[in-house]
Amino acid sequence: MQWETVIGLEIHAQLATKSKIFSGASTAFGAEPNTQACAVDLGLPGVLPVLNAEAVRCAVMFGLAIGADVNRRSIFARKNYFYPDLPKGYQISQYEQPIVMRGQMEIELEDGSSKVVGITRAHLEEDAGKLLHEDFHGMSGIDLNRAGIPLLEIVSEPDMRSAKEAVAYAKAIHSLVRYLGICDGNMQEGSFRVDANVSVRPKGQREFGSRTEIKNVNSFRFLERAINFEIERQIDVIEGGGSVVQETRLYDPDRDETRSMRGKEEAHDYRYFPDPDLLPVILDEGFIESVRASLPELPTEKKRRFITHYGLPAYDAAFLTADRALADYFEEALKVAGCEPKLVANWVMGDVSAALNKAGLEIGACPVTAAMLGGLLKRIADHTLSGKLAKEVFEAMWAGEGDADVIIEHKGLKQITDESVIEALVDGVLAQFPAQVEEFRSGKDKVFGFLVGQAMKAAKGKANPAQLNAVLKKRLED
Amino acid sequence: MSLHQQSIAELRGMLDRKEVSSVELAQHFLARIKTHDPVLNSFISVTEDEALNAALAADHRIAAGHAGPLTGIPLAHKDIFCTLGVKTSCGSRMLDNFVAPYNATVVERLNQAGTVMLGKLNMDEFAMGSTSESSFYGPTKNPWDLSAVPGGSSGGSAAALAAGLTPLATGTDTGGSIRQPAAYCGVTGLKPTYGRVSRYGMIAYASSLDQGGPMARSAEDCAWLLNAMVGFDALDSTCSEQPVEDYTAKLDNDLSGLKIGLPREYFGEGLDVGVARVIDEAVAEFRRLGAEVREVSLPNSELAIPAYYVIAPAEASSNLSRYDGVRFGHRCEAPKDLVDLYERSRAEGFGSEVKRRIMIGTYVLSSGYYDAYYLKAQRIRRLIADDFRRVLSEVDVLMGPVAPHVAPDLGTSLKDPVTMYLSDIYTVPVNLAGLPAMSIPAGFAHGRPVGLQIIGRAFDEARLLNIAHRFQQVTNWHRQFPAAFA
Amino acid sequence: MMIAPSEVKKIARLARLAIDEAEVARYAQDLSSILDLVERMNQADTQGVEPMAHPLDMAQRLRPDVVTEINQRELFQLNAPAVEDGLFLVPKVIE
Repeated sequence: MQWETVIGLEIHAQLATKSKIFSGASTAFGAEPNTQACAVDLGLPGVLPVLNAEAVRCAVMFGLAIGADVNRRSIFARKNYFYPDLPKGYQISQYEQPIVMRGQMEIELEDGSSKVVGITRAHLEEDAGKLLHEDFHGMSGIDLNRAGIPLLEIVSEPDMRSAKEAVAYAKAIHSLVRYLGICDGNMQEGSFRVDANVSVRPKGQREFGSRTEIKNVNSFRFLERAINFEIERQIDVIEGGGSVVQETRLYDPDRDETRSMRGKEEAHDYRYFPDPDLLPVILDEGFIESVRASLPELPTEKKRRFITHYGLPAYDAAFLTADRALADYFEEALKVAGCEPKLVANWVMGDVSAALNKAGLEIGACPVTAAMLGGLLKRIADHTLSGKLAKEVFEAMWAGEGDADVIIEHKGLKQITDESVIEALVDGVLAQFPAQVEEFRSGKDKVFGFLVGQAMKAAKGKANPAQLNAVLKKRLED
Repeated sequence: MSLHQQSIAELRGMLDRKEVSSVELAQHFLARIKTHDPVLNSFISVTEDEALNAALAADHRIAAGHAGPLTGIPLAHKDIFCTLGVKTSCGSRMLDNFVAPYNATVVERLNQAGTVMLGKLNMDEFAMGSTSESSFYGPTKNPWDLSAVPGGSSGGSAAALAAGLTPLATGTDTGGSIRQPAAYCGVTGLKPTYGRVSRYGMIAYASSLDQGGPMARSAEDCAWLLNAMVGFDALDSTCSEQPVEDYTAKLDNDLSGLKIGLPREYFGEGLDVGVARVIDEAVAEFRRLGAEVREVSLPNSELAIPAYYVIAPAEASSNLSRYDGVRFGHRCEAPKDLVDLYERSRAEGFGSEVKRRIMIGTYVLSSGYYDAYYLKAQRIRRLIADDFRRVLSEVDVLMGPVAPHVAPDLGTSLKDPVTMYLSDIYTVPVNLAGLPAMSIPAGFAHGRPVGLQIIGRAFDEARLLNIAHRFQQVTNWHRQFPAAFA
Repeated sequence: MMIAPSEVKKIARLARLAIDEAEVARYAQDLSSILDLVERMNQADTQGVEPMAHPLDMAQRLRPDVVTEINQRELFQLNAPAVEDGLFLVPKVIE
């Protein structure tokens, strides 16, 4: 039988605020346990929540960026359940009347086609704390620093049909929230978490199959693997005569499998009701328009502009615009270099990215700034440097030896473009290797390469290759 | 007249004229607490050391000429308000070991004003009850008749005031918890408009109904206390930004032309004849003061109790989920697993009335029942609020009884919760609508005090206090003192 | 309306309240009589009436995004039944 996969994603993006969504405690990552859990975060008797304006602004910005309806009136509700990481016994979230509804996201598929994924809603809520399972004499520990950190939960329609589509969508959202500056996107620190609802159905069937929710996926690679594992598992279950149980499953990256979550299996009845401690959030047009005016250029627009304005291939444009900081880096380097955009693209995607990967750095921490790279590329464009020497200069810049011009000067790497100097070099080589000259003249073209090599060697690699070739050819043909 | 029968204005004058020091004042009331409270059980904690320190500081402030209206005046807080470094139990075993690490906004404001806290007052557990019998610390008794309840949930506040153990007290009112004990004990209490007094640090029972307010021996004293309690608080999202007034400024305003409405539904079947007579006489007094009286109707009144017993338990069931034995409060011995920790800590920590309301609240919110109960109750809430809005556009205030009868005997109410719930019939609608209302002593029936309720428009506290004060200028009911405590 | 014992147990479980068999019958009776009271609401026609969640017709106030809280862990944990290394402890949780 042919199976079709149906996937919807729930993404929790931690909003980049300084303080928590309902209290004035810090959101900084990595503090000692419970040192950033104030009276409100601990749910002490008598405390009350007050909503953070910045969290609201972030949510509105996201809503506008995905072309969604931003609700002029939204409501906070309590989701009631007991768990040790949930101090009040309820999570403040939005249920009916979330702040953002009905948006969409365009994603690009591997074959170059694109697809629109619907976004059902995005709502504000508070994060829970963290349970530490290290053994404290048979007890578990609770750190509530994370309790009350603002989250935007972004719920997609079940529009994706493969793990690859799901990853493309997740990456597009990831890129967007970073563009907007509303989330740092750090998956390792839990700032961007993806849960996948996965089901399969016989191709052609309209009804959805029973779905499972996969949690605990902290990279795009794992997301793809977890979904693919789950698809196979569900098909096996059905083809083996069983049926898929609707449940939450954890992805275990070490064993590359999903497994049923024990312990939390109890049937939930969240008893949602409007939080009486919080009033309706009313947004006026002026506020929404001011947020709209502050929207940066979005990834899809930027990509389109990179193609039309810079004449870059679609692949390059997509690569460079996936990350706003990388796109900014490209544009600044290009401005300084004043050369062909494709040359800059090649360097950013090639040497710069490779070096960053190797060093495990983000573009923001690149030791070669965009201006420095631009300075280097300018010297390639004006033929001061050959491509090969440029790589040497790049490495020196990376090592902190200064700007391109300083390194070129200091190392004497300036390319030889003086025609008479090249002619003298070539003449010297021709005099040194008369036999090879004869061979060439008798028709053995291959020897040409040997002679170029010898001439370049004599020039210590600094001769302009094109000029060198031309002079050599001319002399041999004379 | 002895110190515990003086008004706040009189005490202020004595302090300013150095006829008495704040320390002496505190000592006077602490001594009375020592003598009389073993019988009454109106205090859960007496904070003698803190009181004497605060009184000393107040005396310095008075000597330096920086005294405010309440500097050096003793008071006691209902044990629902968090007090930094002092046990805050909410009348529950659950919080018997809880020392609040912060001050409620109301407590903070009154500390800043220089008041001297004598201790923390007894109450129904988590403010759930109408008799103060559900307290983990045992029932409080009514100073007028030790076999009667003082009312609830702010029963400790009302009893301590009636017996002269404190000149001022704070209370909270979710369904009548300031007004009804004030009525049962013959003292004066004001439930302000919802949002007038900050709820921050006031342990929540039902968040959309709870409101803190002043309790005292007269309307004038309530006005002094209210002045120091009110005001915008950025820590409470539901706190109003409406400007505050000086609530003592209009106390003496003339009442001629005042339009009083008597809701027909508040004088119907179920109202004790003796209580009705007292209310009639009080209304007659207002006629003599120049007010016009007419009958009005609040047709949805009888729906208030059913709606209240959905909304309040629903909010309570959620508000009380934080008491889980993890971060504070009672924890059971040797829990065998997480569920056992939760279930036993909560079962042991909460008393039966609290558990009953948690159960009801959980039920009405649970899947499948939400629309039939919770949403329905919220729609009725609007009908009730609309009733009030309509009649209060025709008259200035409403008057009627606070409760259908006088304080019942101890030990008779908790056996039949539904009957107890129904006795809140005249107070609960006001909370649903969020309006301000007072209870003032109006006489006696069956030897026990009767309170007159005055209900006003939103944020019309100054007018309510004015009306109450004018009544108290021509009557003596608020000056009566139970003989055993004189 | 009569609430079944099984329903009482289900609610108690949701509310995380331990109740023993002896209490179930009493709760069933209490809750049933309270629900009878509550069901008097059905006398009212509330069609088209907007639910009222709050007495005040106000909008939520927004707080500026400023860190105002300092670390008070030691003070807060004075009330905690079990702590170690700054963590609150609970019986082992298996996920």
